[in-house]
Amino acid sequence: MHARSLPWLLLAPALLATGFLVLLPVADTLWLSLHDVILYRPRSQPFVGLGNYIALLDDADFWESLGHSLVWVVVAVGLQFSLGFTAALLLNRAFPWRGLARALVIVPWALPSVIIGLVWTWMLDFNLGLINTLGLRWGLLDAPVAWLAQPGTAMLAVILAVVWQGFPFFAITLLAGLQGIPKELYEAAEIDGASTFNSFRNVTLPSLAPVIATALLLRMIWVANSLDLILVMTGGGPGTATQTLPLYAFLKAWSGADYGHGSALAVVLAILLLGVVSTYAARANR
Amino acid sequence: MKTARRILATDLPVAAILVFALVPWVWMLLTSLRPEAELTRAPVHLFPDVISLANHIELLRRTSFAENLRDSLIVALGAVSLGLLLSLPAAYAFARLRFRGHGALKTGFLMVNMFPVVLLILPLFVLMKSLGLLDTYFALIMGHATFTLPFAIWLMSGYVAAIPPELDEAAMIDGATRLQLFVRVLLPLATPGMVAVGIYLFIASWNEYLFALMLAGRNVRTVTVALQMFIGENEIHWGLLTAAGTLVALPATALFLIAQKHLAAGLTGGAVKG
Repeated sequence: MHARSLPWLLLAPALLATGFLVLLPVADTLWLSLHDVILYRPRSQPFVGLGNYIALLDDADFWESLGHSLVWVVVAVGLQFSLGFTAALLLNRAFPWRGLARALVIVPWALPSVIIGLVWTWMLDFNLGLINTLGLRWGLLDAPVAWLAQPGTAMLAVILAVVWQGFPFFAITLLAGLQGIPKELYEAAEIDGASTFNSFRNVTLPSLAPVIATALLLRMIWVANSLDLILVMTGGGPGTATQTLPLYAFLKAWSGADYGHGSALAVVLAILLLGVVSTYAARANR
Repeated sequence: MKTARRILATDLPVAAILVFALVPWVWMLLTSLRPEAELTRAPVHLFPDVISLANHIELLRRTSFAENLRDSLIVALGAVSLGLLLSLPAAYAFARLRFRGHGALKTGFLMVNMFPVVLLILPLFVLMKSLGLLDTYFALIMGHATFTLPFAIWLMSGYVAAIPPELDEAAMIDGATRLQLFVRVLLPLATPGMVAVGIYLFIASWNEYLFALMLAGRNVRTVTVALQMFIGENEIHWGLLTAAGTLVALPATALFLIAQKHLAAGLTGGAVKG
């Protein structure tokens, strides 16, 4: 065996699988997006060039779903990060039951999205939900609220569920990052007379920056692409109030049987993400 | 005095966060333990009047859920085996060997991580259909193992890179071939890594929904898809649904608690080493 071919031999299975099951379908989607493909009309699939993309410009649902995606990603990831970072800082302090607390905080992360969606749907139930029950009992609500049935509260509700699902990821990764910061740095800061806030700003944040950056990027991509939670909780409704871009693409292609249009939507989502990721990577490498 | 301050500044906020983290889980469990009659009665009592396993028993006796659990287990174990088989050699190549295109390829794999599932699910459906693989274990195992591959390789190469290279050299000097080196030296030392990656692969497959919905769903129906059968036109069988939810959540949660240290170390290790 030649040393030169060894790496490729080892990589071949992974490359083949990825090629067949990821790259080929992606290329296929690109191809479909240039055609007018309706599922129940398999014989007539005319080439329309960028027609599907141009049609998006006039598609009010597209712009709306893009706006929802923006809110979904920014608010959800922002809240996941804030809560997760707070949890990480707290769990890094010394207290008697720290081990137990560290173990329990990841429980939400282990659950399938589908179950998370269903459990939150149940908790937000109009008549029998825990949230309305407690809200009424504690006097926070005057009347039960149909959280998932009103456009104004439905987005809030699905974001609440995804924040619950995602904050442990930040808590655990940032905690691991915090534990990696050398104690000497804090001791030196203390000798220099730095306040708690100052050592947080000048020691913790800079040391943690690479971990924060990677965690934010991974999570953002994941949240931007995820659709199962919303699909289960609202199906994009009421109306289109919680329809994000990937969900719109999925519904268009699957329920609408309009593969061409749906493919174009999926490609737009991928391009937008690619743009964000490469900007991010360029900044990180500078 | 100092203790009081700690409790106020640390213990209480941690407790508040944990309440948020655990309440939905506990609520699911409490719901599953209520008899059906108690579930439809308002106002809701926070704690069940009677605790009963009726929902769990009905779930396993009267519905297909036991078979769905079996399907999920087969798919997840298949995805673990295939995922390890694909990621271990690749991780070894990335961690130990220098070759042309090393960096580009490693970045390329991470980029694959970024593709939205919706981007490939439709052509994948058509592909599997034309190959006659739709609704088989094989289709789902392939789908799950491949889609989790980039992260598995990343995690695994961190573990392989952490094995001291001096061991390789020592074995080579003793006249071991590369294969012997791989099997006798690296494989045993990479076991913790394989456990961590294996657990990641298991949970990812066990919890996955969209592939399971699109590429299978009739003959091979995993638990996440099967939950739909408790959602009727007009009513949702919350007792059965939450009973199913607890049964699905238990193995993943247990594995997560075991693996959390490894997964977190892998995540941040990769972040720092790049």
